[in-house]
Amino acid sequence: MAKVIVVTSGKGGVGKTTSTAALGAALAQRGEKTVVVDFDVGLRNLDLVMGAERRVVYDLINVIQGDAKLPQALIRDKRLETLHLLPASQTRDKDNLTSEGVETVMAELRKSFDWIICDSPAGIERGATLAMRHADIAVVVTNPEVSSVRDSDRIIGLLDAKTARAERGERVEKHLLLTRYDPARAERGDMLKVDDVLEILSIPLLGIIPESMDVLRASNIGSPVTLADTRSAPSLAYMDAAKRLAGEQIPMSVPGEKRGFFGKIFGRRAA
Amino acid sequence: MSIFGFFNRKTSAPQARERLQILLAHERSSVGHSDLVALLREEIVAVIAKHVQVDRDKVNVKMDRGDQVSTLEVDIEIPLDASVRAA
Ligand SMILES: Nc1ncnc2c1ncn2[C@@H]1O[C@H](COP(=O)(O)OP(=O)(O)OP(=O)(O)O)[C@@H](O)[C@H]1O
Ligand SMILES: [Mg+2]
Repeated sequence: MAKVIVVTSGKGGVGKTTSTAALGAALAQRGEKTVVVDFDVGLRNLDLVMGAERRVVYDLINVIQGDAKLPQALIRDKRLETLHLLPASQTRDKDNLTSEGVETVMAELRKSFDWIICDSPAGIERGATLAMRHADIAVVVTNPEVSSVRDSDRIIGLLDAKTARAERGERVEKHLLLTRYDPARAERGDMLKVDDVLEILSIPLLGIIPESMDVLRASNIGSPVTLADTRSAPSLAYMDAAKRLAGEQIPMSVPGEKRGFFGKIFGRRAA
Repeated sequence: MSIFGFFNRKTSAPQARERLQILLAHERSSVGHSDLVALLREEIVAVIAKHVQVDRDKVNVKMDRGDQVSTLEVDIEIPLDASVRAA
């Protein structure tokens, strides 16, 4: 049965688009049919992170307005045939994103995909509430930092109130994805710890993604980090998170905490 | 920074955590549930006032959102001499 996931945060720049691409590619690598949908109308970036920016012909708004059929707007990934992208419009006004239009598109996507992953825009306005509207599962992307945690708390409140599931009296499954985690700073006590954030937000943990140059490198070459370098730390963390989404029980590892004695000494010196 | 400074330096994460806990407890009670909390507060005040004299400002009603359940916290301060029934 199709699952709709919203990747959301409230705060901007915390890693929603990066996470959408990485989780989408990781789920598609399992052979499950996956589409990543960009809801950031006017500021689309998912096409760029996926390396498909030159292949965009039609977008979500075109489909909603009836200028194009859904299959015409879907872009199939060149590396993974199970991975697809539905881009956002860069030029149209976001008022064209209607509630009914989104509902129709989501219902149609549910018929042909296993996973539908919606990349939410920042904020708590219409764009963000429409992106979460039809979600079964929410991935709340949070950085270990006060303003991001506060905004996530706000978003969790919206997920419990403004979604179709909430209105039907059902629950949206919520997961915390802690990104840009810096083990050295956490160890020094200058960054909120994983447990602090979990205790404050009280939703289950999906994964911890370390702050890493590999993320930047992957976006430079237009590849989800889980496809760019399958052995890198952020890639492994995202792949574990994807497995958890798919229902597998994977033990959680905190970046930096598995290092042995020598690793620790080296890590301290390098920090 | 001297070596003593390094060892004595207070870390900032515990402060971040504490400030967030206080702030969010407040925001959760005012955002979203505001109508319900306001209504409950009014009715609770009315019920209490039937039996004891209380200061309206000393009635605190707070809604805390949890993962599975939310909790409603009612905190009423009753002055020492207010055990007498209200008129
Ligand atoms: N784990 C990470 N390590 C290092 N850099 C990261 C990491 N995650 C994200 N970034 C970088 O942070 C920036 C913002 O990421 P991204 O675009 O994914 O955030 P966003 O939440 O989608 O932003 P917006 O709210 O603007 O849509 C990008 O430059 C990205 O490369
Ligand atoms: Mg984004």
